Amino acid sequence: MSIGHTLLGLLESGPRHGYDLKRAFDEKFGHDRPLHYGQVYSTMSRLLKNGLVEVDGVESGGGPERKRYAITEAGITDVGAWLAQPEKPEPYLQSTLYTKIVLALLTGRSAEALLDTQRTEHLRLMRILTDRKRKGDLADQLICDHALFHLEADLRWLELTAARLDRLAAEVGA
Amino acid sequence: MTPAGSLLSADSLYKTYGQTPALDGASFSIHPGEVVAVMGPSGSGKSTLLHCLAGIVTPDRGTITYAGRELSAMSDAERSSLRRTEFGFVFQFGQLVPELTCVENVALPLRLAGTKRKEAERTARHWLERLEVDTVGAKRPGEVSGGQGQRVAVARALAASPKVIFADEPTGALDSLNGERVMELLTEAARATHVAVVLVTHEARVAAYSDRDVTVRDGRTRDLEHAA
Repeated sequence: MSIGHTLLGLLESGPRHGYDLKRAFDEKFGHDRPLHYGQVYSTMSRLLKNGLVEVDGVESGGGPERKRYAITEAGITDVGAWLAQPEKPEPYLQSTLYTKIVLALLTGRSAEALLDTQRTEHLRLMRILTDRKRKGDLADQLICDHALFHLEADLRWLELTAARLDRLAAEVGA
Repeated sequence: MTPAGSLLSADSLYKTYGQTPALDGASFSIHPGEVVAVMGPSGSGKSTLLHCLAGIVTPDRGTITYAGRELSAMSDAERSSLRRTEFGFVFQFGQLVPELTCVENVALPLRLAGTKRKEAERTARHWLERLEVDTVGAKRPGEVSGGQGQRVAVARALAASPKVIFADEPTGALDSLNGERVMELLTEAARATHVAVVLVTHEARVAAYSDRDVTVRDGRTRDLEHAA
């Protein structure tokens, strides 16, 4: 996920302090990985340097200065372009798993056991996500569903590979 | 051997149809209130395993024990009574009686067990409400959507207070959203009433509603979580 674009998008509804941005980000998107303050401030200074945000005001109380950021026209264009750009479909786990399977076959280990272990791990995570989905709000449901569909796709690949192990073993010369 | 505390268990089941082995030493166990997914590719033997566990099909070899009693030692009438009173069934489709209304369908297992019509239909309405389909009670199965029909079928499976529900691809004919809601309602109701669910599915997202899963491949079962 592009943190810069996400923070920019959050600024479109109005200027915010770095702290508010972090809080809004964590609340909406940071379920598993909340942002560090350092990430927020380094991202904001990059956006500032690139002219995508500007400082809308500075409060100086007893503590450190608190800058309030506002999105610029260039920032709004940048968010629009990012949203319009499709994400690259990533070949998630397959390459690592494929390597492991071929190595298992080449070294005389059980590729079937490897696939079964992976399958169990995938289903374990799917159970956790399903449970979270059941207890969560609509945002949780949508986020968990996305992960679940990807895990399901991986599992289907694992099943298909399990059914093709003999052929694969012959082709890799194991 | 019966695993400690299990309600229903099978040990080393073998079943052959003609020349084709459907089960080749399959074992299984389930505890009260547990939801166990039986997974595996088409033709792996998972439906045969379910039919054996439910006493619908008799295995060639191996033992099935329900609540301490061997199924093979029971008469046909006893097994039939067991299916009616202790087991509930949910299939992919075609399970509701088309001539009866949805309330009458849900009340049917209770009526067969001797419950009076009024009481049976009161219980049926309670389950229809719980499955969020109380509005279709007066309709016939042909007049409701696939998702609603499946919820009615789940209500019927639960209405007679079974100890075990056998669900064979219960969401196979439903879209994702309806399928998920059926799974949520089925597993919630089963856990709340301490009913064990044997869930046959080839869909991982459906299996993710279970407590654990058993994979059937070439008629043999693997239970990695228990083996670990």
